[in-house]
Amino acid sequence: MSGFDLLSEYLTHYFPILFFVVIALFFGIWSLVVSYLVQPKYPEPEKLTTYECGSEPFSDARMPFPVRYYIFAMLFVIFDIEVIFLYPWAVVFTKIELIGLIEMLVFIGLFLVAYVYAWRKGALEWD
Amino acid sequence: MEQAFFFYFAFVIAATSVLVVALRNPIYSTLALLVMFFHVAGLYVTLHAEFLAAVQIIVYAGAILVLYLFVVMLLNLKQDVRYHRQWPMAAAVGATLVIEAIILTAMKGSTTPAAATDTETAIGGAGNTEAIGDVLYTTYLFPFEVASLILLVAMIGAIVLAKKDIGEREA
Amino acid sequence: MTELGLRLAVSFVQILAEMSIVMFTVAVMTLAERKVLGWMQDRMGPMEVGPYGILQPLADGVKLFFKEDIVPAGANKAMFALAPMLTMVVSMIGFAVIPFGPDMTLDIGGLTIKPFVVADINIGILYILAIASIGAYGIILGGWSSNSKYSLLGGLRSAAQVISYELNVGLAIVGVLLLSGSLSLVEITEAQAGGFWHWFVWGARPDGFFPIHTQVFAFVVFVIAGVAETNRIPFDLPEAESELVAGFFTEYSGMKFAFFVSAEYASMVLVSCVAAALFLGGWNAPYPGTIFEYIGFQQLAWIEHIVWFAAKVYFFLFMFIWLRATLPRLRYDQLMRFGWKVLLPIALANIIITALTVYFFPRG
Repeated sequence: MSGFDLLSEYLTHYFPILFFVVIALFFGIWSLVVSYLVQPKYPEPEKLTTYECGSEPFSDARMPFPVRYYIFAMLFVIFDIEVIFLYPWAVVFTKIELIGLIEMLVFIGLFLVAYVYAWRKGALEWD
Repeated sequence: MEQAFFFYFAFVIAATSVLVVALRNPIYSTLALLVMFFHVAGLYVTLHAEFLAAVQIIVYAGAILVLYLFVVMLLNLKQDVRYHRQWPMAAAVGATLVIEAIILTAMKGSTTPAAATDTETAIGGAGNTEAIGDVLYTTYLFPFEVASLILLVAMIGAIVLAKKDIGEREA
Repeated sequence: MTELGLRLAVSFVQILAEMSIVMFTVAVMTLAERKVLGWMQDRMGPMEVGPYGILQPLADGVKLFFKEDIVPAGANKAMFALAPMLTMVVSMIGFAVIPFGPDMTLDIGGLTIKPFVVADINIGILYILAIASIGAYGIILGGWSSNSKYSLLGGLRSAAQVISYELNVGLAIVGVLLLSGSLSLVEITEAQAGGFWHWFVWGARPDGFFPIHTQVFAFVVFVIAGVAETNRIPFDLPEAESELVAGFFTEYSGMKFAFFVSAEYASMVLVSCVAAALFLGGWNAPYPGTIFEYIGFQQLAWIEHIVWFAAKVYFFLFMFIWLRATLPRLRYDQLMRFGWKVLLPIALANIIITALTVYFFPRG
């Protein structure tokens, strides 16, 4: 019995994606390895320093950074989940009709409340 | 064949989960978690839950884990040794969970396969996303609206906690 | 196992062909960008390698392949190599669900093959969004692993920018889904057949001409957010050379640098493909049917479809270059404010208006 008889039709749709990832990975690794084998290697301390506009690099580059990146990432997580809820709704919208319209208006209304709150609190401001 | 896919995904999920807690560099832990999320998505695909698979990657890998990565970098943790002296505790919790899993597997009745078949028939020929939409926005309308309220609360909480200094400055 | 083998072989050929086409387009873009920029600034662009410089991408590729790969001292070596790799793979695999041509099937040895789409899955557009959301990792890791201040700052800025504009991409798509009722890119494209007035950017009903369901606002939001997601001018803050040298890939050289650059171009191609499929009818011609069909060559109609798809994609790619020649760079706070306070409300309003018009004027 062949392997694909047992594999559902469902998986045959997704299998090419897995295969694509494998091929792309292979292509990437192959290019890096071959390039590594053919390239010249003359490391020098000066060459290996990081770029800092000509002055000597000072202190560790991996410094703590401002909290606002964190705030935007958090806003993104919450809004992203709200957007995810819109997809199944949009797909079945013509089927569920008025009730779907009303409940999504309520949902988007709450979304707007959150959005206006964030705006008024200055959380959307990159200051 | 599907069994083979299941065992592959399950094995990688288990292995990377261990790596997440065992690795010392938090950035490596985050990457192990990323690999794990991908394989969980793969597991969802073998269960015919393609919408969940996509959401798994978009929300967990694409949003929440990016937030983790930001936090890890924000705190600039390189090698945090404080949390690596807890093997006895970990062993105790782990052993309890393993015993629980064994008991649950042993007690497994005939209910789970039947439920799975029901879902299959319910979905029928339509796609997985349509099935979710049909149920979520009619039968589970109220939980759905409550979920949006919870998101609103989460949002307000996040801003209140993070922007405390700005509120004070304005006042 | 012959069936499995055959399917694997067919997939392999499809994937290789697709990757070659993308890589070729990337090569064309690296040259076209310099040539078009040159012409717009009244100069010639590259002229040395080959006639009119058309072999320049080849020379660039060979040069980068043989260049020394410098890993800065203090860098995290594993991450330093992983970041460009991740970026490259992510920018490639998005093409798996793009329908380049009509939804026809071929019969090879008892297997039905769809020649113009590698993986026709039900959730094609969500797959694209998932791939796009992974794009931030390569940038953050590349910036972090380099142990350079410019790289780290560039990487973080870029990640914050990418996630902010991703939200707008996600919202802009919802209007299209309301019209098509499907998440599959093949079905979305097919719903726009029959002339340009059925394209979602115009948005006539299946039996009409009046643009009652127009998605032109979603289209504009999508294109702007797409430009921002690919870190292109005027949103190229992460690579702002006057302040951050080269952003997250300041320290990269050789093949790893080539990966980052080709990934940037490949994601431009991907954004163009998705925009064409969602808003401009994908492989559909702007008139009903195809010319080949009218003159009696139904078998060759797919050629015309592919030409139309390529024309739309190249239109967007040209626009990317045109923007670069025209617009100055935004300031970072302006960029974030524009994404969160201008594009997001427009996209939300578009969803509400589209839902209302679809409800009161149903599509058949």
